[in-house]
Amino acid sequence: MEAVIANRPVEVNEQGYLLDMNQWDKEIARGIALEEGIELTDRHFEVLNYLRKEQESGTALSIRRVGKSGVVDIKEFYALFPEGPLKKASRIAGIPKPASCI
Amino acid sequence: METVEAPAKAPTKKEKKLRKIMIINSKATIDSVYAALILANGARMEGIESEIFCTFFGLEMLQKDKMDHLHVATVGNPGLHIPTMIGGLPGMETLASTMMRKEMDKLDIPPVSEFLEIYKASGGKVFACKLAMEMFHLEKKDLWDDLDEVLTVGDFYNRADEEGTQIIFV
Repeated sequence: MEAVIANRPVEVNEQGYLLDMNQWDKEIARGIALEEGIELTDRHFEVLNYLRKEQESGTALSIRRVGKSGVVDIKEFYALFPEGPLKKASRIAGIPKPASCI
Repeated sequence: METVEAPAKAPTKKEKKLRKIMIINSKATIDSVYAALILANGARMEGIESEIFCTFFGLEMLQKDKMDHLHVATVGNPGLHIPTMIGGLPGMETLASTMMRKEMDKLDIPPVSEFLEIYKASGGKVFACKLAMEMFHLEKKDLWDDLDEVLTVGDFYNRADEEGTQIIFV
């Protein structure tokens, strides 16, 4: 379905995740983050760029993997994206919701 | 304060009914300990407050020398499909447990010590049962360094006395 984020029409699924990660840019990210109640800083974008890179290389994301990335540790990941960091950060990064239990 | 009128475009957020889960683990088997850890950590991943309370043999998951060497029961465990007499042979339980840990590693499931660290970093809390510790002659120094507190059953129930709290016994 179509949604308007940052005054631009984008394709999203029922949970609000972008269907095409190429429709993403920083403005879209800020728009989604606002819905999640997060104001993005450069630090957030470092994490988002890492998540996008992992997604592009086809890696299955998990909290454990993010914590081992060297980009951000788990504590900071939770602090940057409170209340469900992996799913929120993925949504803001314009990538699919990870189907991870860990 | 909330206004009576809802905003024209409702935000995606809605009030959570499940706000906190409290998991009790009383067993030392791999399946029980991982069920507790995955449920508890999974709650944090969804933004739900989370606590684990370890009692009886569940205290093994908090003992540094034991936590990464837990076993699966090869006797009295029909799910494993090993005949009881064979499951009881020396070394069978160690073999089955090692195999199970290998399979879990393939799925990127961390060892208990690392899982506890991940859980703690996520803001999860871990408690130990006072009475069980006395029974097994354990002191706080014998347990995992990041343990939050040693609790009585009364303390535990007091922590549950909040709206939206569920207690799960694994």
